[in-house]
Amino acid sequence: MLPDDAAAAVPRAASTSFADYLGAHHPGLLPSNRALGSVTPSTDAGHLAPHATTIVSLTFPGGVLMAGDRRATMGNVIASRHIEKVFPADRSSVLGIAGSAGIGLDLTRLFQVELEHYEKIEATMMSLDGKANRLAAMVRQNLPMAMQGLAVVPLFAGFDADRHVGRLFSFDVTGGRYEEHEHHSVGSGSVFARGSLKKLWNPRLDEASAVRVAVEALYDAADDDSATGGPDAVRSLWPVVYVVDAAGARRVPERELEAVALAIIEARSAAGREA
Amino acid sequence: MTQQFYVSPEQLMKDRADFARKGIGRGRSVVVMSCRDGIALVAENASPSLHKLGEIYDRIAFAAVGKYNEFESLRQAGVRYADVRGYSYAREDVTARGLASVYAQSLGAVFTAESKPFEVELVVAEVGRSQDADHLYRLTFDGSIADESGFVVMGGAADVVVDALRGTWSAELGLPGGVRAAARALRNGGTAGTPADGRPAPPLDPSVLEVAFLERDPDTLRGSRRAFRRIGGPELETLLQHEQDT
Repeated sequence: MLPDDAAAAVPRAASTSFADYLGAHHPGLLPSNRALGSVTPSTDAGHLAPHATTIVSLTFPGGVLMAGDRRATMGNVIASRHIEKVFPADRSSVLGIAGSAGIGLDLTRLFQVELEHYEKIEATMMSLDGKANRLAAMVRQNLPMAMQGLAVVPLFAGFDADRHVGRLFSFDVTGGRYEEHEHHSVGSGSVFARGSLKKLWNPRLDEASAVRVAVEALYDAADDDSATGGPDAVRSLWPVVYVVDAAGARRVPERELEAVALAIIEARSAAGREA
Repeated sequence: MTQQFYVSPEQLMKDRADFARKGIGRGRSVVVMSCRDGIALVAENASPSLHKLGEIYDRIAFAAVGKYNEFESLRQAGVRYADVRGYSYAREDVTARGLASVYAQSLGAVFTAESKPFEVELVVAEVGRSQDADHLYRLTFDGSIADESGFVVMGGAADVVVDALRGTWSAELGLPGGVRAAARALRNGGTAGTPADGRPAPPLDPSVLEVAFLERDPDTLRGSRRAFRRIGGPELETLLQHEQDT
C-alpha cells in the first residue's frame, strides 16, 4: 500500500491547469484576483475602463469563423479605434471578448497559456469541450468583478477534430457554457448583428462568403450601435477575422477584408436606403 | 541505542555520486546537437509515449536521461517555471539560462540534503536566431552546470557516441543531416552494439528513436512562434531512409 501522502499525490495530479497552479502559488497574477478595495456589491466600476464591443461568429461547412470590430469605448468616448478583440486560443480554436476590455485581454492571455501549458505537460491537445469548460471556469472566477460592472463575456469557437465540424460556445458571467448552433454574437451590438446574421447566414456558405457575411453583420451592428465601429476606410481599419478549419486557425489578411468591406460600403451606397 | 558511525564528507559525496552515475549509466543515450537551421534532439527510446525530449517554451527544449519519474517531474516543473515567468513578464523574458540555473539549484539541493540524489542528467537547449546564439546547458545530478557548444551526449554509452560524433558533426550540418549523424552514432554506441565484423550495420530503426527539432525560424517555416516540433512516424522514416539511399 502507498503511504498516505504519496497516495494523495495521485488525485492532486488530476489537474494540470495553469490557472489552478497560479491560484495556488501566485494568486496575485490571476486576473480574477484583483481586489477592488473596499467596495459594496452595488459599486459600479464599469465606467473606469474601456469596453470592448461586438463579436460575431458563424459556422460554415468544414469550419467556423469569428470576427470582431475594432472599437473600444469608455462611456461616450471612443477609447480605441485599433483594439483587437479576436485571438487565436491555440492552433485549432479562437476566442473573442466582449465587456471590460482590460480584464478580457488578461483572460485571453491566461487562457492561451492554459491551453499551451496543458499541451506541454500532457503531450496531447485538450479536447474542444475541455477547452470550453476551462474557459467557463475562468469566466466564473471573474463573477465578483462582474457584479461590480467589470463583466467579460467571451465567445469561443474551434474545430472539433473528432466530429470534423466547427463548433461555437457562448458563456454567461456565472460560468454558464452554451453550445450555439449556426451563428452567434456577443457585445453591445450583438442584437443588431444577430438580426443581420439571421437573414444573411445559410448552411451552404463557403469560406469567402462566410467572411463577407461576418463583415456585413458587423457593419449592421455599427450602423445602429454607437459602441461598435464600422469599417474605417479613412484609416484603413477593417474588422479582425479568424477562420478555423481542419488546417488550423488563421487570420484573414487585411487586403481581403479591405476588398470585402469596400464592396459592402459600395453596395450600401448604391442601394441608397435612408434607414 | 544505535551508534552513528562517522563518515567523512568526501566519502559521503563520492558514494552519492557513484550511486547517481550508476543509475544514469544504465539508461540509453540522448544526443542534443546544434545545427545550421536549428537544434536536433535525438534519443534512443523504445516508447512512443514516455518522452525523454520535451518542449519547455517557445525556443527552449528539454532532454533527459535517467529515471523517468525524476526527470518527468523536473520537466513539468520547468514548464511551470517558464509559463509563469512568460505570463507575468513577457515571452521573450524566458531564457534557458534562467531555467538552467534554477534546475542547477534544485539538483544541487537534492544532492546534498536529500537521502538519495536524482539519478538524472539534463540538457536545457535554447535555439537562437543565429547559430552563435544557440545555448546548450548540461546539468548533472549534483547540480553542476556546463555551457556546451556544438553537441552534447548523455547516458550510458556517452563516450562511444561522443567519439562517433566527433568525426561527423560540423556546424554546417542541417537538421536532417544532424539527426542521421546522431542516429548513426547512437547505433554504434547504443544497446544495439557494434555488429560483428564483416556484417553490415543494421538499418536505423525509427521505432526506437525519439526525435525532435528546435527550428531556428518557426515563424517563417510554419507561422508559429513555437520552435519545438516532434519528428515521428512517416516523416522520421523518410528522413532516415534518405541516408540508406545515399
